[in-house]
Amino acid sequence: MLSDEIKSEIQCGVSVCPTRHCAILEALQIVQKHHGWISDERIEAVAKFLGLTVEEVDGVATFYNRIYRKPVGRHVILVCDSVSCWIMGFENILDELRKLLGIGFGETTPDGRFSVLPIQCLGACEQAPAIMIDGTLYGYLDSDKLKKLLGNYE
Amino acid sequence: MEKPLTQHFVIGGEPLDLAGYEKVGGYEACRKSLKSLTRDDIMKLVKDSNLRGRGGAGFPTGLKWSSMPSSQNSPRPRYLIADADEMEPGAFKDRILMEGNPHQLIEGLIICAYTVDAEIGFIFIRSEYTKAAARINKAIREAYEKGYLGFNILGTGFNLDLKLHISSGRYICGEGTALTNSIEGHRAIPRHKAPRQTESGLWGMPTLLNNVETLCNIPHVVNNGAEWFRGLSKCKDGGTKIFGVSGKVRNPGCWELPMGTTIREILEEHAGGMRDGLKFRGTLPGGASTDFLVEQHLDTPMDYDSVQKAGSRFGTGTMIILDNQTCPVGMVHNLESFFSRESCGWCTPCREGLPWTAKILAAIEDGKGEPRDIDTLDFLVRSLGPGRTFCALAPGAMEPLRSALKFFREDFDAHIKEKRCPWR
Amino acid sequence: MATIFIDNVPYHVQDGQNLLSACLSLGFNIPYFCWHPAMHAVGACRMCAVKQFRDESDTRGSIVMSCMTPASDGTRVSIDDDDIREFRAAVIEFLMLNHPHDCPVCDEGGECHLQDMTVLSGHVYRRNRFKKRTYINQNLGPFINHEMNRCIQCYRCVRFYRDYAGGRDFNVFGVHDRIYFGRCSDGTLENEFSGNLVEVCPTGVFTDKTLRKQYTRKWDLQTAPSVCPHCGLGCNTIVGERYGSVRRILNRYNHELNGYFLCDRGRFGYEFVNCDRRIRQLLVKDKSGDSEAFLQPIEKQQALHSLSEIFRSGAPVIGLGSPRASLEANFSLRSLVGPENFYIGISDPEFQMISRIIEVLRNGPAHSPSLREVEQSDAVLILGEDVTNTAPRLALSLRQSVRQKPMEMVDRLKVPRWLDGSVRQIVQENKGPLYIFSPVATRLDDVATKTLQLAPDDIARIGFQIAHEIDPEAPPVSDLTANFRGLAANIAETLKQASVPLVVSGTGCGSIHVINAAANVTRALRSKGKRAGLSYTVPECNSLGLGLIGGGNISDCFQRIMSCSVNTFIVLENDLYRRAEVQITDQILNNCKRLIVIDHIMSRTAEKADIMLPSGTFAETTGSFVNSEGRCQRQFRVIPPTGEIQEAHQWIFDIMTSLQWDTLRHFSDIESIGELLAAEFPVFKPLPEVAPRSSFREFGQKIPRQSHRYSGRTSMLANITVNEPKPPDDPESPLSFSMEGYQGIPPASLIQRFWAPGWNSSQSVNKFQSEINGPLIGGDPGQRLIEPSASGKWSYFTDIPEPYKPQDDLWLMIPKFHVFGSEELSSLGPAISERIPKPYVGINPKDAESLGKQEGEKVAVAGENFSISVPVRIIKSLPRGIMALPVGLFTLDGFTFPQWVRIVRD
Ligand SMILES: Cc1cc2nc3c(=O)[nH]c(=O)nc-3n(C[C@H](O)[C@H](O)[C@H](O)COP(=O)(O)O)c2cc1C
Ligand code: SF4
Ligand code: FES
Repeated sequence: MLSDEIKSEIQCGVSVCPTRHCAILEALQIVQKHHGWISDERIEAVAKFLGLTVEEVDGVATFYNRIYRKPVGRHVILVCDSVSCWIMGFENILDELRKLLGIGFGETTPDGRFSVLPIQCLGACEQAPAIMIDGTLYGYLDSDKLKKLLGNYE
Repeated sequence: MEKPLTQHFVIGGEPLDLAGYEKVGGYEACRKSLKSLTRDDIMKLVKDSNLRGRGGAGFPTGLKWSSMPSSQNSPRPRYLIADADEMEPGAFKDRILMEGNPHQLIEGLIICAYTVDAEIGFIFIRSEYTKAAARINKAIREAYEKGYLGFNILGTGFNLDLKLHISSGRYICGEGTALTNSIEGHRAIPRHKAPRQTESGLWGMPTLLNNVETLCNIPHVVNNGAEWFRGLSKCKDGGTKIFGVSGKVRNPGCWELPMGTTIREILEEHAGGMRDGLKFRGTLPGGASTDFLVEQHLDTPMDYDSVQKAGSRFGTGTMIILDNQTCPVGMVHNLESFFSRESCGWCTPCREGLPWTAKILAAIEDGKGEPRDIDTLDFLVRSLGPGRTFCALAPGAMEPLRSALKFFREDFDAHIKEKRCPWR
Repeated sequence: MATIFIDNVPYHVQDGQNLLSACLSLGFNIPYFCWHPAMHAVGACRMCAVKQFRDESDTRGSIVMSCMTPASDGTRVSIDDDDIREFRAAVIEFLMLNHPHDCPVCDEGGECHLQDMTVLSGHVYRRNRFKKRTYINQNLGPFINHEMNRCIQCYRCVRFYRDYAGGRDFNVFGVHDRIYFGRCSDGTLENEFSGNLVEVCPTGVFTDKTLRKQYTRKWDLQTAPSVCPHCGLGCNTIVGERYGSVRRILNRYNHELNGYFLCDRGRFGYEFVNCDRRIRQLLVKDKSGDSEAFLQPIEKQQALHSLSEIFRSGAPVIGLGSPRASLEANFSLRSLVGPENFYIGISDPEFQMISRIIEVLRNGPAHSPSLREVEQSDAVLILGEDVTNTAPRLALSLRQSVRQKPMEMVDRLKVPRWLDGSVRQIVQENKGPLYIFSPVATRLDDVATKTLQLAPDDIARIGFQIAHEIDPEAPPVSDLTANFRGLAANIAETLKQASVPLVVSGTGCGSIHVINAAANVTRALRSKGKRAGLSYTVPECNSLGLGLIGGGNISDCFQRIMSCSVNTFIVLENDLYRRAEVQITDQILNNCKRLIVIDHIMSRTAEKADIMLPSGTFAETTGSFVNSEGRCQRQFRVIPPTGEIQEAHQWIFDIMTSLQWDTLRHFSDIESIGELLAAEFPVFKPLPEVAPRSSFREFGQKIPRQSHRYSGRTSMLANITVNEPKPPDDPESPLSFSMEGYQGIPPASLIQRFWAPGWNSSQSVNKFQSEINGPLIGGDPGQRLIEPSASGKWSYFTDIPEPYKPQDDLWLMIPKFHVFGSEELSSLGPAISERIPKPYVGINPKDAESLGKQEGEKVAVAGENFSISVPVRIIKSLPRGIMALPVGLFTLDGFTFPQWVRIVRD
């Protein structure tokens, strides 16, 4: 379930952890980096690798919003839905995305290209409305800009 | 006007690298601290500077540092954490500082670690701050290479390891004790404040936590002295502050200004005033979890005490502006939905009360409000207040609602009476 | 003592506790959910709010959680101010936003802490008009039912299961208002203490699945105080009955013993009482014609007549006692057959071990600690015992003991020990010293400082050496390796450093040397002035009681039968097939001219009986038992006598009656028998005082087994008679089978249910304690019979065994206990039987390899008196050359451990 590469990456992270528990989030981040999301089987594999139970790993995993326990598309669009972006009309961005991709919050396009997820304030309030695609921040958005942007993600 | 924190970089531009930072005097304070100042000297400097924590609560930094137990017989390792989680809606100041001058933060951390005798440091950063994280990582590498971090720093015998910890997401992780749980790989549930983290924090060891902006001030205090630092400010709290403005203003952004600059000045001179055709209706002066201030408060100086006197909290010093064509009920609904989603689920009033609050607000906004809902909201504001919940999240969440009910009551009533949102 | 002011009235309370327990101790009703008297405070539910004032002049005050706030001198609070009342009602209202209000169909209904607190907090009207959240439930195995919609997120379950009991297959998931308590997916909860979730959960999320099959509301259960029959610890239980069947077991708080928690064997093992192997009729076998005759029912008078004939004929009658029968039953049998004809119903090696344990405990100087004292030990050495599987509740206490030493860190930070969240942050993964030497890895290993798997003799040897390292007077072990000597020295040092060290051992690995070694260690510690405890586990609920009465060796008994010098053999509540190998037992029973069995279960022995007298299970018996601590306790029957079932001592009394003995009246009831016992054996002197006498009355009334809300009394028998029947008599006890009587708080040993006005759930135990988490009002039940003699005449054991050496062709077969399966009675119930492992023989992986056996492949094992074929289970921790055989599994019982066996190669 876990490739040797992932295992050695986790091992490297674990080596500085004073407790086994402390390695959970790091390990999950590594697995997610490689696979995009974390399936039940991978939770099990991580648990086994760290000498923990699935309950111990998943209890932590399900707390955090940036650990994806369901499949996501190749590209994840995080749409800031917090107050400054709300004032500046993030809902229009969301409508636009629905028009362009046919999906809303929590959904993935049938071709597995995009997922759209809500995110708490991206810390880019001066550029509201803002979104983040695969870790890149885009601010001062409007529908034209959005349309062009999406073209960069295959 | 001096702008020690931001003077050497352009917001949104390229960061200062190590050479650039050193060229403008970077790591001088570090050298000075480690080589020629005692721990007590620095502690005194920080105390005298009247620097207060920039993370939201405004706790005097010197006082917090001195609550670290003495090094003798102390359990080890001792930890220092920079809180770079910045998820308070409306806040983006720490990002600017980290993206623009990551070494400034690292230098602050080194001096702080030296002063409180910590040997392991963490920068706890939210995962969406990818650019800042990359820059910090690079800066950490550079600092290690140059001997500012690691073993026997600058030949002084002082050691410090620094690690960037990338969060897996959740607003509550920014709360100092929840953050500790998160680093330990647990669910980010806040901890009880006895014992204090400085006595028993990360893995049960003495742990000091400061906000990014707080720490960025430290090199300047060491370089220029406490008196200079106090002199930067227009009030008794020392230093400058990164103030931010978002919402429908002409020029949203952030600026380093003296502590105690008035809201009006920030809004009108720096943010360029309201966009054409819009009027100022209110502001959350210190981020999402602070009370609304309105027109009558525009001349309030932005410092901890004055904002409190005006009926709100200084918080992060980043204001969100409500204009006269945006629905206050909708805005509060957005805020409460946020807080309700970010409740950690540990204590009853927050876990259950916030979703209920959000549902009531949604109903009102949708024209399905009932007159008794206002009473229920009042009741919720009381029941989620300080002391009632385990941590400060829920009381913070109630602040904008409480003040909205006070200042924008007619808007709530209009929604309920007209059975629709008058702005839609 | 501290003086606190509650609504301006001064009260004196114990210093250092929290306000919640102080107020509850004073008798105030403060609502709470997440706080638990044994698990303490975390401040999650926010229910226990009070208002605290800085001083007299402070009129505003601020809201604090009473469970998180120390009650120190001068603390001023209001527990009943308007803000407080509004806030408490608010918390309930919050919890009710999503609670399904399914009380009528909820198993918790009527004994629900959430119901109680709702009423107490005065929330009545629900303003919420939105949809409720719902969850999917899980199948958590045969014991626990899961209904997440009822959850109020108090976090008690996960705190108990993980933090307190060390379970790891359960957790809390999710965030904000979507919090889930359970497992990752359906599956049996593995922890041996999962049943406590039923009582720990303040509402109906976790309920008793065995009760569900025959559900009865708390108030409709007839209940009585009882003592768990499923191991030697004798945890206190409350048994609930309706329509003649036992419906459930609840914990009966005993401050010294089980506190708030039971193990799953004790809680769910009761189902055997209702099983189809029960004997409810007097049966005889007519051997005249056909030797394969079946047991047939017979009239009682006729049976007693033929029994008296047997005795009158003058031919010798011998009796076999039982470690699971009451003192009274054993003593009656001994009196009936005469002491010279009374034999101990356990194997010789076990008898030897029990006798040695009694000898050590009586001669001292170490004292056998109660479970509460075990919890407070700050360094523990376990020699040879897999406690979780032999005396499960003790394992739970030992798990707490490793928290003792790290509490010093907590004290240093001046954090109160009851601030559980903070304590766990401070302590982190630090644990106090716990050393486990056992033949196989144990379930406590996860909290141990050091574990080592050794052969029993080697365990004894290291024990002897530890004793020597503590006190040079104790004999050294000459030929130990340097490694072991170093380890022993280390452990000795740690034990010496501790303030209350504890040594745990027992009969579990079948070695008297191990028992001796444990005695030496404790004695050495005592010689150094340490308050050391010595805790021995014993196999059955009255092993120690039977040992104290004493009798002949079972081998002598068998010899007498084989030499045909015996006419009649009376077996009391005992299955010989569990005492000796099948081959031998068959021989004995076939040689036996007449076999009389008094038992409640159709065991393999009972099947061979000529006369079978149906006795009562714990639920039908009043009697006394001595636990491994040496504490004598009384259990009371809860099922009124039905059919021909009667207590074993009653059968013996009936035989005596038909023989017209003149000492007769002395055996008529347990009280008279108790007095005889006390007269004959000084050790039983406290026996008559173990519980109030049958003449005891509170305000002139008996203590009723039925609640004052008991329903259906007039209609339960309506299909038979429309007259309301007279309640059955119970002259032997101060309890009545009725709802009439004293419904207040009875003496501690008679507590038949926990209930108090406004407190319908088991949390009402608060009202029965003299202080929160302290002794029951009037003192905890039970009397310690064994105290070390003050004169201190003891010496070190010097018989040190040779080191264990693996043999080429022989294997050392040692016992492996299983919490589910190794105990006879509990194994008969359907829920427990789902958890019993399949027969196996455990061997080391290298041994398996050399035998060419894979996991699951069968091997043929042959000993002196047996040969069996069982699948292999590979056990990594097992030392080489040792073979572990599960004890007591139906096809694998009756072996003598340890013994050398062969593997018959195929
Ligand atoms: C719900 C909640 C969220 C918080 N989030 C942050 C945060 O993102 N960044 C931060 O620096 N402080 C945050 N804080 C404040 C910290 O707990 C802490 O007070 C602060 O970081 C201390 O640093 P300072 O003394 O330098 O201000 C938060 C507090 C609460 C109650
Ligand atoms: S107020 Fe309570 S539920 Fe909310 S975040 Fe804090 S501890 Fe968690
Ligand atoms: S009982 Fe005090 S907060 Fe739950």
